[in-house]
Amino acid sequence: MSLHVQELSFGARLKHRARVVVDSFKRNPTMLFGVAVLLLMAGLAFLAPWLGLPDPMQQSPRDRLQSPSPDALFGTDMYGRDLLSRVLHGGQVSLVVGLTVAALATSFGLAIGLVSGFVRSVDAVIMRLMDALMSIPSILLAIALVALWGSSVPNVILALTIPEIPRVVRLVRSVVLMLRDQLYVQAAIACGTSTPRILVRHILPNTIPPLIVQATYICAQAVIFEAYLSFVGAGTPPEIPSWGNIMAEGRMFFFQSVGIILYPGAFLALTVFAINTFGDGLRDSLDPRMQRRV
Amino acid sequence: MAATAPANAESVLKIVPHADLRNVDPIWTTAYITRNHGYLVFDTLFALDENLEVQPQMAAGHAVSEDGLTYTITLRDGLTFHDGSAVTAEDVVASLKRWGARDGMGQKLMGVTASLEAADDKTVVLTLSESYGLVLQSLGKISSNVPFIMPKRLAETDPNAQVEEIIGSGPFKFVADEWQPGNQVVYEKFEEYVPREEPASYAAGGKVAKVDRVEWRYIPDAATASQALLAGEVDYYEQPAVDLLPMIQSDPSIKVETVDPLGTQGVIRFNFKYPPFDNKKARQAAMWAVQQADYMYSIMGDPAYFEEFCGAYFMCGGPYETDIGSEALREKDIEKAKALLAESGYDGREVLILDPTDIPVAHGQSLVTAQALREIGMNVKLVAMDWATMTSRRAVREAPEDGGWNIFPTWWLAADQLNPVTNISVAASGGNAWFGWPENQKIEDLRNAFAKETDAAKQMEIIEELQAELYDFVPYIPTGQYYQPTAFRDNVNGVLEAPVPFFWNISVE
Amino acid sequence: MYAYIIRRLIATIPIMAIVAVFVFMLLHLSPGDPAAIIAGDFATEEQIIKIREQLGLNDPLYIQFGSWLVNLLQGDMGQSIYSGLPVTKLIGQRLEPTLMLTLCTMLIAITLAIPLGVIAAWKVGTWIDRMVMTLAVFGFSVPVFVIGYLLILGGSRTLGWFPVQGYTSILESVPGFLSHIALPALTLGAVYMALIARMTRATMLEVLNEDYVRTAYAKGLATRKVLVKHALKNAMVPISTTIGLGVALLIGGVVVTESVFAIPGLGRLTVDAVLRTDYPVIQGVILVFSFTYVLLNLLIDLSYVLFDPRIRY
Repeated sequence: MSLHVQELSFGARLKHRARVVVDSFKRNPTMLFGVAVLLLMAGLAFLAPWLGLPDPMQQSPRDRLQSPSPDALFGTDMYGRDLLSRVLHGGQVSLVVGLTVAALATSFGLAIGLVSGFVRSVDAVIMRLMDALMSIPSILLAIALVALWGSSVPNVILALTIPEIPRVVRLVRSVVLMLRDQLYVQAAIACGTSTPRILVRHILPNTIPPLIVQATYICAQAVIFEAYLSFVGAGTPPEIPSWGNIMAEGRMFFFQSVGIILYPGAFLALTVFAINTFGDGLRDSLDPRMQRRV
Repeated sequence: MAATAPANAESVLKIVPHADLRNVDPIWTTAYITRNHGYLVFDTLFALDENLEVQPQMAAGHAVSEDGLTYTITLRDGLTFHDGSAVTAEDVVASLKRWGARDGMGQKLMGVTASLEAADDKTVVLTLSESYGLVLQSLGKISSNVPFIMPKRLAETDPNAQVEEIIGSGPFKFVADEWQPGNQVVYEKFEEYVPREEPASYAAGGKVAKVDRVEWRYIPDAATASQALLAGEVDYYEQPAVDLLPMIQSDPSIKVETVDPLGTQGVIRFNFKYPPFDNKKARQAAMWAVQQADYMYSIMGDPAYFEEFCGAYFMCGGPYETDIGSEALREKDIEKAKALLAESGYDGREVLILDPTDIPVAHGQSLVTAQALREIGMNVKLVAMDWATMTSRRAVREAPEDGGWNIFPTWWLAADQLNPVTNISVAASGGNAWFGWPENQKIEDLRNAFAKETDAAKQMEIIEELQAELYDFVPYIPTGQYYQPTAFRDNVNGVLEAPVPFFWNISVE
Repeated sequence: MYAYIIRRLIATIPIMAIVAVFVFMLLHLSPGDPAAIIAGDFATEEQIIKIREQLGLNDPLYIQFGSWLVNLLQGDMGQSIYSGLPVTKLIGQRLEPTLMLTLCTMLIAITLAIPLGVIAAWKVGTWIDRMVMTLAVFGFSVPVFVIGYLLILGGSRTLGWFPVQGYTSILESVPGFLSHIALPALTLGAVYMALIARMTRATMLEVLNEDYVRTAYAKGLATRKVLVKHALKNAMVPISTTIGLGVALLIGGVVVTESVFAIPGLGRLTVDAVLRTDYPVIQGVILVFSFTYVLLNLLIDLSYVLFDPRIRY
């Protein structure tokens, strides 16, 4: 099923895939919805500083816990900060964390996975390490790492990246192992093509589609886990408005002003939902195996 | 294994305490939660009553020699430890000595003590080397560290290590098997306890246990805890957040009372060892940059629960209240603050403010301070952590960039802040002082003079001179005086008004 | 079979060893001084140094690790820095709520999610399928604590059907246990249900295209019988793998759920310990969690025999 794809040139393959993606948008309106929501969220988050909203950090203790009004559409939090402004700005942290974790985890995972799959001598060691890492529940590991390193955005990103790496490694390694035995790879090896070249030329391109799909899930998970970390008190520094922080600080007031959790919660859920539907759509288009299923 | 259900006849008082009980030795730690635990389990020789006078508690009475140097204290009859042994003067002596090694006021007392001995089973003799005005105030100290009396075998534990077992002679027994740190602490009524005849009054008077079991259920989430109270899953919520009170009060079966009439003082503490706050001008700049109302609205919200302004280092409403020197705190003057900061030679270096995010009272103070210092051009970094982590971080004496700090927030009960001897955050003895380690000989001299002075008018003169010096030196910023409400269901009767939550005298229907 | 079990058990040893080394190094190479914590508020430098010596914190790392490991193998995980209680006792106190919460969640999730997945696969492409799948993606997307708070708001505060917080041991009172566990289990189950339902649907779709299923239909067997007896049984291997791997997700959720509902379980113990850098407790809990996870997945591997007679070990 996938062989005919590999026979094409790299450029043609890209074109082919791009067409597949465009087609799948047509066939799959929810994916379009996902992308639209995601772009909207990113736009709101990164353009928030220019939307004429109050500074998200500006306290005004006497105007605390105001209900929504034309001046403050979502009301204010317990330090009198504008909730709408905080929620919109909060998207920045969540999206940056999500995207960076996805990028880092897939890059590291890809590199390790390629080595592990192709260099048999280190495979056993790497995979035992990965198994061990995987057996530690990722959220616990991340909480422990942030608590020990101190709370900052880079630390949160790193702490969320590390537990994700083994899953990527496994994925990449399984693709590599499958491809190694394919005739054309064997042929390349027989021709004396260098290992790095084989990896880059023949193996790497085939790992990309499942990796992209995996990356969307990692991104979605990282956005949620960032909120979990903040919720238990081991997240990004609390003065930075991130969705997790806003909810963590506001949990005390949930029963009086439901919005303080519900607004950031809805933004977060919608974003993650969008990333997930986007990922599902991508999977349906990019992963030939899944294409057969749906 | 977990607790089995108490028999039907047992009455249980279920309490949400303000914090998790992590250490059980009230001499070893000053934590308020451990002090409250201590009052259930242990008894004291003397105790403070609601007129802030010291009354005998375990003591039947005492006599002072004519030269004022020898105190002879007799124990009352019927005192028994939870392990069945009788309380003797030996136990008292050992306990006071251990307390004297840890507690600030205890150390001062031991510094003027020539000998502390048991004359017989019932009699303790304390001999001073010089006259000292605060002997009974020390022995009847109401807040941390309270001179609780333990059996001699436990009191002989190294003061720097925790006792291995919790055996006291107080109205309740600590049930060690059911203690689950982070979750619950259980106490059972001690049947052999003989309360005094007098009615309960603060820590003094008859400590009558009116329930069979006291259960502390630690619920860290304030919203969940108040829901538990509303649902009747617990009876007594020690420190509900003021913001949650309207919701709690909407239920007529719940009473909200300010149990501690003396109040609490918010504290922003500087590190005197490192720039910029090693310089007096920088601390003064900070004081001009802030105002109490900002703090109080942030942490308490409802003005019914705080003073609009309190300029007294030794608490408003206390015997040593004065507002001498408090202009900087009363007004906010950004320009003046900037000028003072420039005079201090501030070089734009990073200022680390510790930010315990799990305690709203502390977190709010950190945020308000950060904003104010940024306004006057300081380069502020908030370092988020939980309270427990902060209590170890603040002890770090290294430079801020090496794991130390510049500012941390906390609070003290009036019971601790009422006079310059118990108020350890004004102590300025350098390396031995409370975290921040300020050094100021004038302040120390005035504190010592106060301790030795027995005339009230002269004491007040000393206080005025001291407070003027304090506002110039700024050992900490008093961020305001507020009153912590307590909420309990209407099946709970007999809650005592006191600066410490006491659980005797309370019955449950 | 036994040889396989033994081989697999032996294979977990290096994994656990790596976890142990990893956790130990992580904690010992991080800033923070347990001695300062133990010494308390007013300790002098000397006292801290003395405690550090008593704890052996000045020894080279490998010696510290060695003595920790020797104790560990004897079942001694050390003592909490704060309460001084043995770590094994602390874990023991907290085991039941977490275990029961996890089991109940798995039970609810599996009994709800597998039928949903099967129906979605059966009615593939219809609105039923789309609804189930959208719900599943929502299950992935809404943070556990938001679900938890919404359930408290609805189930406890508005309806008053369930207690707000806490835990009652099943040994103490079965109705009490059930009412306490219901909302947390539902909360925690959302993600897990989403995971299982999606996997069930995907595998079922694959299996439903297999020849033997078509044959079964052709034979005129009732749809229900085909779905359950032929298709689902064959789909169970990947589904149970997902159930096993999903436990990692559950454990993450446990931490948050226990915090929302104030359940005194291992999750809260861990968070408390981590936030207070209570090293021995963190080490102990992570080891217990990892060991459980590894063991559970071993059990699930072995359970394949039940579903697929072709698999022999």
